[in-house]
Amino acid sequence: MDLLEYQGKSLFARIGVPVPDGRVATSPTEAQRAAEEIGGRVVVKAQVQVGGRGKAGGIKLAENPHEAHDHALAILGMDIKGHTVHKVWVESASNIKAEYYASFTLDRSAKRHLGMISAKGGVDIEEVAATEPEAVVKVHIDPVMGLTNWQATEMVYRAKLDPEAARGAIALLKKLYQAFVEFDCDLVEVNPLILTAEGNVVALDAKVALDENGFFRHPDFPALADDHFIPPVEKMAKERDLNFIKLDGDIGIIGNGAGLVMSTLDVVSLVGGEASNFLDVGGGAGADTIIAALEILMQDPSVKSVLINIFGGITRGDLVAQGIVAAFERLDLPWPVVVRLDGTNAAEGREILAGVKSAQLIPSSTMREAAERAVALAKAVV
Amino acid sequence: MAILIDTSTRVVVQGLTGKEGQFHALRNRAYGTHVVAGTRPGKGGEEVAGIPIFDTVAQAVEGTGANTSLIFVPPAFASDAIMEAAAAGCAVIVCITEGIPAQDEARVFNYVKQTVPDTVLIGPNCPGLISPGKSNVGIMPDEITLPGNVGVVSRSGTLTYQAVHELTTLGIGQTTCIGIGGDPVPGTNFIDVLSLFQADPETEGIVMIGEIGGDAEEQAAAYIEEYVDKPVVAYVAGVTAPAGKKMGHAGAIISGSKGTAGAKMDALRAAGAVVLDDPTQIGRAMAEALG
Repeated sequence: MDLLEYQGKSLFARIGVPVPDGRVATSPTEAQRAAEEIGGRVVVKAQVQVGGRGKAGGIKLAENPHEAHDHALAILGMDIKGHTVHKVWVESASNIKAEYYASFTLDRSAKRHLGMISAKGGVDIEEVAATEPEAVVKVHIDPVMGLTNWQATEMVYRAKLDPEAARGAIALLKKLYQAFVEFDCDLVEVNPLILTAEGNVVALDAKVALDENGFFRHPDFPALADDHFIPPVEKMAKERDLNFIKLDGDIGIIGNGAGLVMSTLDVVSLVGGEASNFLDVGGGAGADTIIAALEILMQDPSVKSVLINIFGGITRGDLVAQGIVAAFERLDLPWPVVVRLDGTNAAEGREILAGVKSAQLIPSSTMREAAERAVALAKAVV
Repeated sequence: MAILIDTSTRVVVQGLTGKEGQFHALRNRAYGTHVVAGTRPGKGGEEVAGIPIFDTVAQAVEGTGANTSLIFVPPAFASDAIMEAAAAGCAVIVCITEGIPAQDEARVFNYVKQTVPDTVLIGPNCPGLISPGKSNVGIMPDEITLPGNVGVVSRSGTLTYQAVHELTTLGIGQTTCIGIGGDPVPGTNFIDVLSLFQADPETEGIVMIGEIGGDAEEQAAAYIEEYVDKPVVAYVAGVTAPAGKKMGHAGAIISGSKGTAGAKMDALRAAGAVVLDDPTQIGRAMAEALG
């Protein structure tokens, strides 16, 4: 889950990563009050989950609370790359002396944590890494040991940050790494990390991606999504523990296991069709899960035919079949459903499906044939 | 011969008292696998369908000679269960559990490598492995397998079944089929399994199934080019997956150009593998490769 800047900064503040004083505002009046409380010059920043806010006019400097009000009025409701701004973050303006970059993530190839730091911050770091690779210092961290003091020190000195920033930067890196681990993050990134005229090192931005598998340790994290833009159908799928992604075609796909579903999309494309979605019911799906999945697809008007592709392992074919039977009884399914069932208890499942007397249910024996049938059926719809 | 598990495999199931654990452990036993023990703290001395339950893995190993652990415990406890099995001396640990935090996986992977480097961890978030006719440790449906001479390795559970099914339908049997899991930090990677298949005299051909995200397939391609002289048939899922979208597996995400199915297929093709764009052709392609 990608957090908004203000959410990331509040997590940083919780653990002691220095961030500028700031407040969230949902109206110009709130923004004005926030500016009054903070005092002095403030920056009003649009809170959206996309980059390029500054260029789109979503970040503005206010000399006084009145200006903060006017900027918030202009920014709230603004559309930035398809995302409507519902909240602004009003924070104390910093006197920037230098801009750096710092991040921690998992290096999947090395199977270790990777810390990155650069004296060239405030710009596209991928660009810096491509043109001046030596300007981005990378350090691998043993997840068992965690980031050691000497590693944080080495990162800062090798990156050649300004000498007066060294102490603050080392301390900040250690706190940032702590946030990365303790909050179960996939990524923490600060760009820019700044040295202020007063000599402080502060996180001026916060990009935090949370690992949802870690949410059992953080009961307050799921509510962070309340502020995120999620299409209604995806939201509905999420509430039912289904992994759904909207795509551009007209063939609804339901399958078990990410690999098999991805592969089903590929085979549908190979035989001349295009999937309208990715929907993985996961391992161990029962009848209720299948019904929920079909209900989700009913929300999507672009679906013309549906392909259910199940290869049972932990998932049992008989339970899947019971779900399909129940869906045919309970729901008024608007499209033909091609079903391919193999694996654990598939024979029992196929037997259950054979009992359904509906021309809309089309059993298919192989994945390729099922894809061809679903594509042909979708094309037959005008 | 098979790799990692065979008739000498003796399994302790961590989480045997749970619904999923019991269902699959009993299926494994019905297949002929020696499922010798289960663990559940506080339930030591009890039995599940005649299988003795111990409070700890160490007690189970001592009491039954278990050498392989199969883990079904919930994600919050699974990384601890892996370390317990490693400390108890299990040579092979198969973790089926899905949804373990990446931070836990990274820590456990490095801990196991540092403390018991010879221990093989398969998974987490994997279907396990089967050596047809000998032993099934995990959740793979054994009825689709056939004893024979092809090794199968895959990041995806259900795609593993699909591939095995295609082989068996054409009468091509398997030495061992392994699902290594789609999580960010798999205990065993393609290269580990490829080297075992290459060294196994009975394995004559290898099926490798990858997916988008990371660079494990590219690394495997480099390894194949250098060390593998057996025919390799490869498939990579996710050609049509949109960039930047997370498709179920925590690992299956493409960011930018790195990790795309196309790049992986090119690398494998360049390494001499037969690369397919349709998983239903895996059996036919292997039949041709074996001549």
